[in-house]
Amino acid sequence: MTAARVETGDRATPAPALEVRGLTRSFGRVRALRGVDFALASGEALAVFGPNGAGKTTLLRILAGLLGADRGEVVVGGEKLARGDVRHRRRIGMISHHSLLYDGLTARENLEFYGRLYGLPDGPAATRRALDAVGLGDRAASPVATFSRGMVQRLAIARALLHDPEIVLLDEPFTGLDQQAAATLRDLLGRLRLERRTVVLVTHNLDEGLELSTHVAILVGGRFVECGPKTGDTAAYRARYAQATAGA
Amino acid sequence: MPSTLAAAWTIASKDLLLEFRSRTAFLASLVFTALVLAIFNFARDPTAVSTTDMAPGILWITFTFAGLLGLNRAFALERENRTLDGLLLSPASRTGLYLGKALANLVFVASIEAVALPLFALFFNMPLLRVLVPLAAVIALATVGFVAVGTLMSAIAVNTRFAELMLPVLMLPFLMPPITSAVQVTARLFGGRPFSEVAAWLKLLVGYDVVFIVLCILIFEHILDE
Repeated sequence: MTAARVETGDRATPAPALEVRGLTRSFGRVRALRGVDFALASGEALAVFGPNGAGKTTLLRILAGLLGADRGEVVVGGEKLARGDVRHRRRIGMISHHSLLYDGLTARENLEFYGRLYGLPDGPAATRRALDAVGLGDRAASPVATFSRGMVQRLAIARALLHDPEIVLLDEPFTGLDQQAAATLRDLLGRLRLERRTVVLVTHNLDEGLELSTHVAILVGGRFVECGPKTGDTAAYRARYAQATAGA
Repeated sequence: MPSTLAAAWTIASKDLLLEFRSRTAFLASLVFTALVLAIFNFARDPTAVSTTDMAPGILWITFTFAGLLGLNRAFALERENRTLDGLLLSPASRTGLYLGKALANLVFVASIEAVALPLFALFFNMPLLRVLVPLAAVIALATVGFVAVGTLMSAIAVNTRFAELMLPVLMLPFLMPPITSAVQVTARLFGGRPFSEVAAWLKLLVGYDVVFIVLCILIFEHILDE
């Protein structure tokens, strides 16, 4: 549980909300990440696009603290991420295409369970607010097993945001959603921006990703071939993405 | 963030609630227990080996394999929807996670044993009441060690391709000391032998529990790191 202050060199410049430096990770002979760097301020949202096997999920799992990096570092709010740092885990919320929910528990029981694990002092009240925020207040007592895919994903969002994280990580959040559920998810993600949360979104869907992001990165073969503030329109990105991933 | 014990209690309560609602593992273990006892009962030849000599081994074989069925589900239920990631993302300590899983397993295995013991007495016509208190103490000591190791092995096995097969393969070598001790003590209790004859085996059981609880807590944190 050690955390070191990052020397920025310029005292007037606030530390980025999330900074990644030289992140490298291999699985056996497969090099999933080969030196990934980026920095995001509060309220900025990075959409990471890339083909299958580009290293997107590996990047997200390292940022979440679920996976260690071989080299490089992750800095959150000026503090280096150390393995096992429980304070860091409170600052992160993660939404993936897996719900991380128990089908045998009700919506309320799932959120209250996670509320207790995060040590929320007002667990039941926070649960009510979270369920209302995703429009599931009237289904609080229903088992998750009875929910549609869209409802499960909305509950997964409520779970990820229950502890009010500064940084939200999204792994292919639109996978399998119908139009209505995707619209709800878009609204919620827009709200995250307004609340000045920092977002890293990994997706195949260029349209959704570009709509929700302030920064864009294209990850191919474990490297960013492009990373920076969003410029140009979707068609221009589509062309650059096609060019970058040709032969990948 | 929650204390280690609070996290353990939260996780154990959740596991037991899920099992109470589905009852799948519990019922499967109970059916297995009844079948094993029935098969041993009808297969044995009381004229060749006396019931008192054979019963302790049968009792502990039944407990061990019925318990293994239950331990399999401890982390298997976290595989669905990748809820293990949800646990690992939370600020709950890994020790809290281990203790929570172990506590739920302990309640589960003890419940199976509580039902299996009367069935055992019925099938083998054993006078359990005479030795119930010391037998319960031996069962408790052996079960604690069994669950301590089993919870760790369940976490190791869950990410393997054949988790249900891997768990017994990983676990049974580590169970030799407590199961052997428990069989020896149970045999002497059924035979009405004096306490001095079981003291060394009881010490072994207590020592095993202490060593393996500490070891498993220390190792568990590294098991979950990818």
